[in-house]
Amino acid sequence: MLEALQMPFFQHALVAGMLIAVALGLIGPLTMANRMTFMSGGIAHATYGGVGAAIFFGFSVLLGATLAALVAAAVISFIAFRYAHRADTAIGIVWAIGMAIGVILSDLTPGYNVDLMSFLFGSILAVGAEDLWYMALFDLTALSLVWYFYYDFMALSFDPVFAKLQGVKTQALHLLLLGLVAVTVVLAMRLVGLIMLIALLTMPSFSSERYVRSLGGMMLFSILLSMIYIVAGLFLAYWYDLSSGPSVILVAAFGTIVLFMMKRKVAR
Amino acid sequence: MNQPAVEVRHVTFSYDGESVLENVSLRVEMGDFLAIIGPNGGGKSTLLKLMMGILKPHSGDVLLFGKHPDENGTIIGYVPQETGHNLDFPITALDVVLMGVLHKRNRIRRFDDTLREKARHALEKVRMDHASGRRIAELSGGERQRVLIARALCSDPDILMLDEPTASIDFNGQREIFDLLEELNKTMTIVVVSHDMSMVMGYAKHAAYINRSAVMHTIDSHTRYQIKQQLQGHEGHYCGAEFWQDMGKRIECTEECKHA
Repeated sequence: MLEALQMPFFQHALVAGMLIAVALGLIGPLTMANRMTFMSGGIAHATYGGVGAAIFFGFSVLLGATLAALVAAAVISFIAFRYAHRADTAIGIVWAIGMAIGVILSDLTPGYNVDLMSFLFGSILAVGAEDLWYMALFDLTALSLVWYFYYDFMALSFDPVFAKLQGVKTQALHLLLLGLVAVTVVLAMRLVGLIMLIALLTMPSFSSERYVRSLGGMMLFSILLSMIYIVAGLFLAYWYDLSSGPSVILVAAFGTIVLFMMKRKVAR
Repeated sequence: MNQPAVEVRHVTFSYDGESVLENVSLRVEMGDFLAIIGPNGGGKSTLLKLMMGILKPHSGDVLLFGKHPDENGTIIGYVPQETGHNLDFPITALDVVLMGVLHKRNRIRRFDDTLREKARHALEKVRMDHASGRRIAELSGGERQRVLIARALCSDPDILMLDEPTASIDFNGQREIFDLLEELNKTMTIVVVSHDMSMVMGYAKHAAYINRSAVMHTIDSHTRYQIKQQLQGHEGHYCGAEFWQDMGKRIECTEECKHA
């Protein structure tokens, strides 16, 4: 059963899963509290445009995806503030345009044969050793930023108007948060898949808010849940030769339902 | 004459071309307890946001203690409407109150013991110190509103501005909030947006009726006293109809009232 642990590629996938869980657990609660799930979905799908562009023009996929994700984050953050009343419509458009560009560009790439599905749904074979260093570096960056802006993020999440009155740069913080989502999306893309990972931002946060009394607690609990879901999902993917993203998501969905049944109401 | 706490001069404001306020002028003197009343959509909350500097008037001026709201100096204690929209967010009462001193954190952006002590003191003032470690979702609507008032007090404000503080609170909770505001008014200017006429008439010193334009009313201490007596006499319910009935009745002025 555990011979998987001997395989270098699976070891990479497991370490990557743990590192991604830290980023997801830190960022997920903030995106949920700030109602950014749809915005994050927009960023994730628009990232596919960058993947297509990288393949078509022949540069690094990681670079293409990062640029596309950050541009999408900036556009969405701008829309959310400037056109708040129609933001969801505009985000839906960014979402589809990014995806369309990615598909068209990869259609146009001659002799292209990499499995595109792996970017959308993740693959345990896709993580390289150098990816782990990027992930570790990003975890450290995210951790420092969240630590430094902890109370600003708390105020933004609980009461943005009051936060602004207290001198918090809410618009900059909103952009920073979406930027963090963008990098998380890019790093989690290989293992979990662009389409799948949004649910991994929300499910652990949704479960943990019922059990904790602080933002920090929600982050810790979310990291723990993400780790459990990802590791279990990766083993299932290995044993039954499945796409890793959907395996992780279904494990997470099961965990989320069980936790919801155990405690339907927010901690009281 | 003393400098007013708030001066609104010929302010006009519109949302997307639809006029909300037209040529509104009013003064709030220091130590006043002003209630902003009027129909829904009449511009009450807009006027409050203009006073706080969150919105900018299209024409006219808003001055707080003689200065424009974005000029540094005036600290506004803002208490938002208790809508319960973010109740699921895990946060304790003490952490909510600490938001009132957010800009006073130390170099590594943490709250030190002095600030925590200040927050606990603010909770004491609103008689919520027993609940400092409790999650905000565990509290009743009235308790939650008192925590939000403590948050505003924690920032040592020059003026308190409250937007419908009792909108979703039961009768006794509302009376407690207004009793608290009356006590705070001894040392602080208060502006409150409210749709609850009976509370306003029982506690506020002035009322500004806002429906695109403004009409000021003075509520004399006799009326206040009488209405407060009516409010005290009702346990759990006091609806608009009863209030107007009481108003229609010729209210006898008692000895106590004359000296109130």
